Amino acid sequence: MLRPMQVAPSETPALNNYSPEVRQQLFAYVLQLADTSLILGHRLSEWCGHGPILEQDLAMANIALDLLGETRSLFQYAAELEGQGRTEDDLAFLRLATEYRNPLLVEQPNGDFAATIVRQFLFDTFHYHCLVELHKSPDAQLAAIAEKAVKEAAYHLKWSSEWMIRLGDGTAESRQRLDKALATLWRYSGELTTPTATEQALQAAGIIPDYAALRPAMDAHVAHVFGEATVPVPQGVFMMTGGKEGRHSEHLGYILAELQYMQRTYPGLKW
Amino acid sequence: MVATAPTEERIWQLLEEVTDPEVPVLSILDLGIVRSVRVEGEQVTVSITPTYSGCPAMNVIATEIRLRLLAEGITKVTIHNQLSPAWTTDWMSAAGRRKLEAYGIAPPVDGTATGHVLNLFGKDTAVRCPLCKSEHTHLVSQFGSTACKAHYQCDDCLEPFDYFKCHA
Repeated sequence: MLRPMQVAPSETPALNNYSPEVRQQLFAYVLQLADTSLILGHRLSEWCGHGPILEQDLAMANIALDLLGETRSLFQYAAELEGQGRTEDDLAFLRLATEYRNPLLVEQPNGDFAATIVRQFLFDTFHYHCLVELHKSPDAQLAAIAEKAVKEAAYHLKWSSEWMIRLGDGTAESRQRLDKALATLWRYSGELTTPTATEQALQAAGIIPDYAALRPAMDAHVAHVFGEATVPVPQGVFMMTGGKEGRHSEHLGYILAELQYMQRTYPGLKW
Repeated sequence: MVATAPTEERIWQLLEEVTDPEVPVLSILDLGIVRSVRVEGEQVTVSITPTYSGCPAMNVIATEIRLRLLAEGITKVTIHNQLSPAWTTDWMSAAGRRKLEAYGIAPPVDGTATGHVLNLFGKDTAVRCPLCKSEHTHLVSQFGSTACKAHYQCDDCLEPFDYFKCHA
C-alpha cells in the first residue's frame, strides 16, 4: 500500500532547536497522528466495492486516500524526528498493536453505513478543527502537513455532516440505525480531546493546540448538525480512553494482521 | 553526451514535456505543481507540490521527471516534495484550463473553493458542461474518479463529466 519512496521527504526546516525530550514527545505525537489516519484510512478502504451506491463507495475510497496521504507525510516526519534509520514503511508495518497510538474510535469496525458515518463525523469534527490550529504550530513541518490536510478535511467534514443529517432526518429505518450507531460510538468521542501526558507537555510548550480551546467550535458544529438531523446530542456518556496510550480493543490486532501480513511474512518485500 | 551543465531555463523547457498521468493533456507546468528548479553544477533539484496529500500520481510524476532529464543525460536529480505553501487551483495556467475543457474535464471555477466554509447542503457551483457548454448541470458527488475531481452531470445533454475541483 505504501510505495517505495521516489519523492524525497520535504526539506524539513529546523529540527535543531528541540531538546531530546521535546523531540521524543514530538515523535510520539506525530506517530499518534499517523497511526490515527492510517487506521481510519484502512477501515474506510474496507468499504471499497461494498458501498451502498457507487458515488458513496467512491467518496469513502477518496477520503481513505486523503488520509493515507496525510499518513505518509506524518510517518516520514516521525522517522526523521526519531533519527534511528527507521523508514515510513518500518513504522507502518513493523510495530505491534500495543505500540500503535491511535484513539479507540478509529479502529471500531465499519458496521453498517450509519456506523461508518457516525465514526467519520466524530473524527472529522475533531480532525478538521485540530488541523485549523495545528496549521499555526511553530513546528514548520507539522504546520505544513496541516496546511495541506485541512483543505481535504473540510471536504470530509462536509460529507459526513450532510450524511448525519440525511440519516437522522431521513426514514424511520435510517434514524433507527443512526441512533444505534451513536449508542455504540459516542463513548469513543471523548478520547479525541482528552490529552495524554505527551500531548499535555506539547500543549504547554505551545507546539500543538490546546484541545479545551477547540471544544467550543467543535461543540457548536456538533450541535448544529444534530439539530438539523433532529437528533439529541448524547449527554453524560462515560468516555472510553486508552488507545492513545497503546491500550486497544481487540479490533486493532485484526486490522494489523491484514495490514502487516505481507511485510511480516516476506520482510523487506518491495513492489 | 552532455558537454555543459544544464541551465535552469532548459530544465523548465524539459518539464513542460512531462504530463500528468491522470490527465495526459496537461503538463506539470500547466498544473502548477512545479514550485522551483535549482541547478548547482550538475546537480538539479526540482520541488513539486502534491495537488492532494494522497495523490498517487506524484510518484509517477517524479519518475517521469527523472526519465525526461535522464534522456538529456542529466543524472543527478533530486526531487523534493514541498507541502507548504499548499497547492491551489489558482496555480493552474490559463492554457491548462483550456486544454482541460477540450479534454472533457470542466476546469476549476475560480472563487468557489470549499475552503474552510462548511456550507452544508449549500448551492452547488455552476459548472459549464465541457461537451455542450450548457450551465444547467448538477453535482452528483463531491468525490469523483480521482481525488482532485468532483462528478457532475449535464441536465441538457445528459453527459456525465468530471469537474476539476477548485482548491484554494
